Amino acid sequence: MVSLEDYGTYETAWCPGCGNFAILRAVKQALVKADLRPHQVLFVSGIGQAAKTPHYLNVNVLNGLHGRALPAATGAKLANPELAVFVESGDGCTYGEGGNHFLAAIRRNVDLTVLVHDNQVYGLTKGQASPTSDQGFVTKAQPHGVEAEPFNPIGVATAMRAGFVARGFSGMTDHLADLIVKAVKHRGFSLIDILQPCVSFNKVNTFAWYKERCHVLPPEYDPTDSNAAMEAAFQRADKIPIGVIHENNGPK
Amino acid sequence: MNVHKYTPEKTFNLVIGGEAGQGLATVGLILAKSLVRRGYSIVVTQSYQSRIRGGHNTFAIRVGRNNVVAPQESIDLLVAFNRETVELHKKDLSPQGAVVTDEAFTIVEKPCLAVPFKELAGKRFVNTAALGVVASVLGLDGDLVSEAIEDAFGAKHPEAVEENRQVLEKAFSWVCRKAAIIETLPPVPDPPRRMMLNGNEAIALGALSAGLRFYSYYPMTPSTSIALTLIQHAEAFGSIVEQAEDEIAAINMAVGASFAGAPAMVGASGGGFALMTEGISLAAMIETPVVVVVAQRPGPATGLPTRTEQGDLELVLHAGHGEFPRAIFAPGTVEDCFSLTQKAFELAEACQNPVFVLTDQFLADSYRAVAPPETEKLPGADLDRQLPDCPLPYRRYALTESGISPRFVPGASEHLVVADSDEHSEDGHLTEDLRVRRQMVEKRQRKQDAIRGQVIPPQFDGDAEPELLLVSWGSSGGSVLEAAGRMRNNGRRLSTLHFSQVWPLVPEQFIGHLQAAKEVVAVEGNATGQFARLIRCETGFHITRRVLRYDGLPITPEYIIRELDRQE
Repeated sequence: MVSLEDYGTYETAWCPGCGNFAILRAVKQALVKADLRPHQVLFVSGIGQAAKTPHYLNVNVLNGLHGRALPAATGAKLANPELAVFVESGDGCTYGEGGNHFLAAIRRNVDLTVLVHDNQVYGLTKGQASPTSDQGFVTKAQPHGVEAEPFNPIGVATAMRAGFVARGFSGMTDHLADLIVKAVKHRGFSLIDILQPCVSFNKVNTFAWYKERCHVLPPEYDPTDSNAAMEAAFQRADKIPIGVIHENNGPK
Repeated sequence: MNVHKYTPEKTFNLVIGGEAGQGLATVGLILAKSLVRRGYSIVVTQSYQSRIRGGHNTFAIRVGRNNVVAPQESIDLLVAFNRETVELHKKDLSPQGAVVTDEAFTIVEKPCLAVPFKELAGKRFVNTAALGVVASVLGLDGDLVSEAIEDAFGAKHPEAVEENRQVLEKAFSWVCRKAAIIETLPPVPDPPRRMMLNGNEAIALGALSAGLRFYSYYPMTPSTSIALTLIQHAEAFGSIVEQAEDEIAAINMAVGASFAGAPAMVGASGGGFALMTEGISLAAMIETPVVVVVAQRPGPATGLPTRTEQGDLELVLHAGHGEFPRAIFAPGTVEDCFSLTQKAFELAEACQNPVFVLTDQFLADSYRAVAPPETEKLPGADLDRQLPDCPLPYRRYALTESGISPRFVPGASEHLVVADSDEHSEDGHLTEDLRVRRQMVEKRQRKQDAIRGQVIPPQFDGDAEPELLLVSWGSSGGSVLEAAGRMRNNGRRLSTLHFSQVWPLVPEQFIGHLQAAKEVVAVEGNATGQFARLIRCETGFHITRRVLRYDGLPITPEYIIRELDRQE
């Protein structure tokens, strides 16, 4: 049996109060629950504060280029299918710089567990809009507010009938850990878009803002119903559904 | 490395021309294969346009009994599938040159065999009839061609085998009743066993022989057939070939696969390769072996997609941000494509670094008769190598004298492998310790010594103190060799210096040759003399005279002689 200690404790480069800490905790819990030994696990990441997470885990790590974690992980998984391969990066890395790879990875359906820290802002470059920033979000780089429609990763993945599409919240650590375990067990591409606050650069979508809105999907919710999933993907105004949004166990 | 040798001999240049979609490449391939089976040496030059139907394409086969090393411009037999081919190329016919074409396109200026294709073949078997007519004119026997056709189509269209045979017979007997328009090819006594391969196929086979397990690519002319060749053999070799969503994905997949233990290669061209450059920098930073094949075509941008050029030497030399060691091989022959790709894998693995193979459209598509490589003797990539005895926790980037650290792959043992595109410390974790930064820069640079120690010296041929020394690299080597040989026959004192590795350069290997020549000429398929510039940069020796070609066509012996004459 593995324990939390096997996954190590490291000093981080994150801001105090960052949602990343809770996500890291959930990841460790999930690895223990999934009973994976460190050397069986490979974490692949891109660039950004989220992409540093693998450095704070005692596992195999390939911290590659900005936006390119998915293809690197795909290559590694194809080369050694025995490895449990995780991709962990932020919204800018995965949906912006790596957008084309995101679409291709869903289509390819290689067995990867993709964890996206989604704080709707670029942190490491100090506060520009990200692909998931809400319209009207004001930054130094977008002084008149974001004009572009936000990218909806859950909606896109659902529209592509991805096998496992979930939304987590850093403020619900145990729930997130359970989601990660489910994603690991799913054979094929699995996505967890993890909502988290950025304490330094996102003063709109704060911890309190998410806390107020995020609610776990009711037990009667059927993730195999793609239409319901599409609705849940876009629900945001006062309630944001958390949990497994879409599942497709069709032929792989 | 494979030795270029030019032996003066009578060769024969056959050019098949027509529109894309008429099947002229198929006719050319079957003819070429038949010639190789009869022991002839060949050099194929494919000239085609970036379109699927129409336009004007040619498939040229230069045939000889010894070792043909270069293409030839003048045409001894023009096989024209349409009127345009006749009109475009009749001026290129040699003094003994003749034409084979449909009776509708006949000319009178030159010996011309006017073939009633409709009568011989109907609509469906025109290519077979053309093959029969041309093979018969060349003096090849019908069984040989019939066999080659069966090899090409038998599996796909077994029902057509008999009909093909009948059309062939008809074509042969029709030619028999006509007066000869050319001298038939003299037979090769004791034909040696030869394979017909083009440059891309040889790269693919070289990679497989070296232990390739992962290839990723995005389709782009003229590199695509490397992937297609690998796909044919993927199952037998247990290797993975993945068509990526773009070249950025392709290189990052290959790096990921290699990191996880699969010897990996990518192939690209021009703009596709340009997209890969960040990934190459990654491979260098995380010290992960990867072989990168760049099949050049004329740029900038989309350029001339189906033509040839040697214009990306400087791009490949500098591809990837930051400073890191590299090696660049530039095959001059199809045999080189095989052996240098093999060597590239060995070197990439040994130095844990990206290694490049730089070719071009001419060589990529040029079929040659090659001796089957002795694969038993080839040392494959050492996949099951004894893992070094390393204490835990494992330090992937342990500082060593050679700069090369013991390499583990993730999952193979309890050793955890950590790699980071950021500057990192010995354990692989990112660092901003600037002392460590210096150590790591120096560690990576030290690997250049290992690479330098294995550089293939350029091949010198000819008079030790020539009046003219022709310097070449890559695919133009054969043409330079032949041009020099021909000019020597005319009483000139000429030598050649050919590079099949263009980086790193070791001046001690060749500076003496440059200094001993009365005059040095750089022969390159680009507009600015990139290799001459590199030599000057590395040795201080300034090659002032150039023969350059940048119209998209390969450098030929005639081109070199013409240019030298014009300059003198």
